[in-house]
Amino acid sequence: MVTIYIDGVAFEVAEGKNLLETCQSLGINVPYFCWHPKLHSVGACRQCAVKQFRDQNDTRGRIVMSCMAPVADGMRVSITDPEAVAFRKGVGEWLMLNHPHDCPICDEGGECHLQDMIVMTRHNYRRTTFPKRTYNNQNLGPFIHQEMNRCIQCYRCVRFYKDYAGGDDFDALSSHDSVFFGREKPGTLESPFSGNLIEMCPTGVFTDKTYKQHYIRKWDLQQAPSICTGCSLGCNTFAAERYGTLRRIRNRFNHEVNGYFLCDRGRFGYEQVNAETRIRNIQPETGREEALEKARSLIRNAASVIGIGSPRASVESNFLLRRLVGQENFYAGVDPREEALVERVHSILEEGAVDSASLQEIEQCDAVLVLGEDPVNSAPMLELALRQAVRRAPVGEARGRLGIPEWDDKAQRVVVQKAKGPLYSANLYPISIDRIATAALHRAPEDIARFATAVAHVIDPAAPAVEGLDEETAALAGSAARALLAAEKPLVVSGTSLLSEAVLEAAAAVARALRARDKEVRQFFVVPEQNSMGLAMLSPRPLGEAVERAGAGKADLVIVVENDLARRCSESDAEAILSVANLLVMDTHQNAATDRAELALPASSFAEASGTVVNNEGRAQRFFRVMEPLGLAQESWKWLQEFDAAGNSGNAPPQLARTLDALLDEIEAEEPAFAGIKRAAPGPGRGAPAAGIPRQSFRYSGRTAIHAAEDIREHRVHDDSDSPLRYSMEGRVDPADAALVPEYWVPGWNSVQALNRFQEEVGGPLRGSNPGALLLGRSRKVGAGSAAAYPAKAPGGYVRRKEGYLACTYQRIFGGEELSSRSAAIAARAEDPYVGVSLSDADALGRRDGEMVMVRVEGESKARKLPLKRIEGLADGIILLPAGFENWSAGRTAPARIEPGDE
Amino acid sequence: MIEARPLTEAMRPDGLALSLEEYEKAGGYRAARKMLKEMAPEEVVSLVKDAGLMGRGGAGFLTGLKWSLTSPAGESPGPRFLIANGDEMEPGTFKDRYLMEGNPHQLIEGMICAAFAIRATDAFIFIRDHYFEAQERVRRAIAEAYAKGYLGKRIFGSDYSLELHFHGSAGRYICGEETALISALEGARPVPRSKPPFPGVAGLFGRPTVVNNVETLCNVPHIVENGPVWFRDLSRTAQGGTKIFGVSGRVKKPGLWELPMGTTIRETIFEHAGGMLDGYSFRGVLPGGGSTDFLVEQHLDTPMDYENIQKAGSRFGTATMIVLDDRACPVGFVGNLMKFFAQQSCGWCTPCREGLPWLARLLFRIDRGEGSEEDIEILAEHTSKIWIGKTYCALAPGAIEPLQSALTYFRDDFTQHVQQKRCPWS
Repeated sequence: MVTIYIDGVAFEVAEGKNLLETCQSLGINVPYFCWHPKLHSVGACRQCAVKQFRDQNDTRGRIVMSCMAPVADGMRVSITDPEAVAFRKGVGEWLMLNHPHDCPICDEGGECHLQDMIVMTRHNYRRTTFPKRTYNNQNLGPFIHQEMNRCIQCYRCVRFYKDYAGGDDFDALSSHDSVFFGREKPGTLESPFSGNLIEMCPTGVFTDKTYKQHYIRKWDLQQAPSICTGCSLGCNTFAAERYGTLRRIRNRFNHEVNGYFLCDRGRFGYEQVNAETRIRNIQPETGREEALEKARSLIRNAASVIGIGSPRASVESNFLLRRLVGQENFYAGVDPREEALVERVHSILEEGAVDSASLQEIEQCDAVLVLGEDPVNSAPMLELALRQAVRRAPVGEARGRLGIPEWDDKAQRVVVQKAKGPLYSANLYPISIDRIATAALHRAPEDIARFATAVAHVIDPAAPAVEGLDEETAALAGSAARALLAAEKPLVVSGTSLLSEAVLEAAAAVARALRARDKEVRQFFVVPEQNSMGLAMLSPRPLGEAVERAGAGKADLVIVVENDLARRCSESDAEAILSVANLLVMDTHQNAATDRAELALPASSFAEASGTVVNNEGRAQRFFRVMEPLGLAQESWKWLQEFDAAGNSGNAPPQLARTLDALLDEIEAEEPAFAGIKRAAPGPGRGAPAAGIPRQSFRYSGRTAIHAAEDIREHRVHDDSDSPLRYSMEGRVDPADAALVPEYWVPGWNSVQALNRFQEEVGGPLRGSNPGALLLGRSRKVGAGSAAAYPAKAPGGYVRRKEGYLACTYQRIFGGEELSSRSAAIAARAEDPYVGVSLSDADALGRRDGEMVMVRVEGESKARKLPLKRIEGLADGIILLPAGFENWSAGRTAPARIEPGDE
Repeated sequence: MIEARPLTEAMRPDGLALSLEEYEKAGGYRAARKMLKEMAPEEVVSLVKDAGLMGRGGAGFLTGLKWSLTSPAGESPGPRFLIANGDEMEPGTFKDRYLMEGNPHQLIEGMICAAFAIRATDAFIFIRDHYFEAQERVRRAIAEAYAKGYLGKRIFGSDYSLELHFHGSAGRYICGEETALISALEGARPVPRSKPPFPGVAGLFGRPTVVNNVETLCNVPHIVENGPVWFRDLSRTAQGGTKIFGVSGRVKKPGLWELPMGTTIRETIFEHAGGMLDGYSFRGVLPGGGSTDFLVEQHLDTPMDYENIQKAGSRFGTATMIVLDDRACPVGFVGNLMKFFAQQSCGWCTPCREGLPWLARLLFRIDRGEGSEEDIEILAEHTSKIWIGKTYCALAPGAIEPLQSALTYFRDDFTQHVQQKRCPWS
């Protein structure tokens, strides 16, 4: 800690920071544009100028940019110095010279950092009368709307897009007062992180094109904290609603998870909530009480029931289904192979031989081994974190050798240039992360496992040796092992994408070997879906058993909770289960299961539901209702509670819904694996102000008019007994309830940048405690250096099938995930599907790129017609099918044949 | 004092480039040869330090000191770079062009000496895009030098090797700023960099790099050959050497002359440039190029060197003067300069990107007779708002220099435009 003097007042502050971030952490207003807590300082906008004095006797001082001024003991600065005030006002004036001042028609208006800062600089009178500069805008695709006239050239967009996220189709173009930020030619932005431009841009240059289609001013939105449903990472989001429509998703800061950013699947995949295919009413159409009675009678009369849970349903819903049908009748509803692998990840985390990493920790790791994951497609934000991890080593070197602080981004990039720390990747097919990899290997899963085992063996000879490895793989294993050993914080990334137990075991072995060598190693395993881990923690039975029971006629009722089963297992398995006499389904959207159901009940989507999901690292996170469900929808766990009550007490009147809090108590009591799940967020009345937390801003308009068309009397405020959040403007947001904050706002800070005031220190954790509760993944049992359990012997190598091919999956960020694919913007971004074939297999087939072929997967009634794509590096005998396309489950592999196309 | 014109005396009167043979006949490559045979790099550095050679690109930083501030090769093994800055785009300045066109081998020899001194592995000559002739002649000279083994592996049979590359600028004034030049060479936008790290520590591709002006480098072989005492004795003042002085404007003989440091403004304009054209009288002068403050009548006897010009309230700059006569409008004059600088802004920092175009528009509005007192006030206000430390680099402060001194010396002219609602000179 050092002492600095700001306008004569002494402050004890942390060393090694710059003055601007220090002021923001202290809650002192200094306006800024180009600085960003994650992108750091470049000194471009000159808005954060203050006066610095040499010592106590210096009365003249000099203007410095606070973002570029390192805090030092005894430092004396003035923010209120007249010259500094005048200069900052002047910067505001310059920035507004060409700004169109079109706030009334700008989507950013009301949450615009430029508005806030100009008010802060006190520039309020326009002295120039010259015409303003204008630009031609570009069509940047379905996600981002561009309005360049508003640009103030802070360079944050290009610094995020190119420098931070590694995009290469966006740049600063032209020069002087006509610098343009965009693509060389109009066209869809290719980066899967493009949506962050919306929040990076301090004004309305880059805005959300999907939001524009149903735009509402920020202050008229009703908001609540939510969790992304797009993949297993569980990024934190703010979901926003008006008039029963979900309007947009924005980033919600979680220091351990997504930090400041979201991927495009997560940001733009929300429109599924408003989709036409949503189920709003009971099918076949009937009243609520009748439906409940029918459900209860189905349950009462069933001799043998099968419960199909879901990796996209909350812990609460899965739990209550399990309780309703009994542990022995509860199935995960995913392909048995996927389920077994997720369970293995679960058990590895539970063993806790090695700490698992949060995304935030991944950014701090300085050597990485990625085994069988294609991060940008299976867990996009992981890729963004890995992009920061490869900078760790060279940035640390520049800091150590030249004393350049990490926040001096421009200087850091001058020194670091394109240098990257070690990252080794082995995958079935070429992936985008190969481009930042020290070396990338493309092999069949078995051979990836052998490579990884060889790495483990070099690190710790106690790990099994791999015989007969080819020279290239052996050499690479050696260099990867040395890089991991030389690192301070090595990281092993793997997951379930390749559906290979061998890869998973080998990855765990590498991590354990590093641990045995006393390295501070981290491991990270990607799992398939939002709540795959939470589901695995409920120990479901393997699906095969259900298929068998159903096939043998040993079940007469199947209850499916939020699962389009046909997407998650083979056609024949799904068919067997869905053919059972009685089918009771709860789901959000119309699908094959709801269509065939005896009774389909509308389940509320994430935006109309409260509940808990567990992410890939075992982090329980709570999401909250943003709005009341439309129609008769409610959370599946609420439906289940109502059946449950009836089931337990015969013909007694159904016990009305318990609260989420009470349910969580029961979960904790009944299932020790979930001990601590309540800590994910405070419950109603706990830790929150008595008045509740308003979902609406205090500027919310039309409160009394919104419902006037139906009823002129003032609308009753819905109670939400499941959280301290209220559907109201009344109450108070307390930053200390970090998991409950419905938006970031403090007086004078109307944009996302208000986040600064919700953190312990800028860039650091949120005040209060970090939202979520880690249930798994921290080493608890095995100490460093203790005997590591390795597989007895190295896995065998890949052997090509004698006939036909093995169909595997290539992951797809857009179109590969069930719910987001139902959103128009995401669907528009989905690439045309293809079947990937190795070069020599393609030659043997005599097929060129783009030629149509028929792929017949064993056990499927219909062949898939797809264009062929030659994939360099793909092992012969393996073909790749697009995740999620025509119900091809990413959780499967299956024998397949390729037949000549009909064109 | 020694009367000599080491930089230019060997040049051909017809203005063609000296060939390698001609250059060698005039004593060329003798210094480099001797240096590589007899001297250690540190000795070259101390020689240039002792000579007190100051950077001829405008900032006047001590060349030997700059060299000595590069990271020692032992600490940071790998490539090291020397860059000759031939991106001469300062308004009114054409001295480097003269040196590159007239005697390109002198530059190459200077680069060999400087590169050796800093143990550079590679050197670059970065030349302004519109200097077609200079580019052509320098490229030819590089080829000649390579053919003779004066560049490349084991120069003159010594252990020292140097690869010399030519790079043409894409045409931005800001590329003359050394860190922007480095960015441009890397293929990035020519945006200046913050210091530290200085290029000597982390320059081109993050490696230790020295950027020297063409004229600076041309002086080096002569210092190596004749020693620091000789170099200091070339000057009339404490700051050693000769300097290429230039004069443009309504004078009888605009041009360039190699003169001792410390030659007065009066002597340069009224003797070497032949004085003002008939019917015109002297009103002011930008002594060091377009981005320096006006000096006026009272300053004419100032000896031209870094120290004395600074004392007079301007900058020595490139020592190529632009003369303002009594029949040119100072408002339009400054407006033209401002327009140039506004257009050449890289667009990185706000004061330069947004401020300069505003000032240019205001100046032209006043010049058209459509300005107001408030416009003049805005101009005046900007002379303190746009200054070193408030901007990212020195471009915008340089643009402010002619404006602020014009407001000091020619304020009446601005007021007359406003009062008469027309340009008094039109």
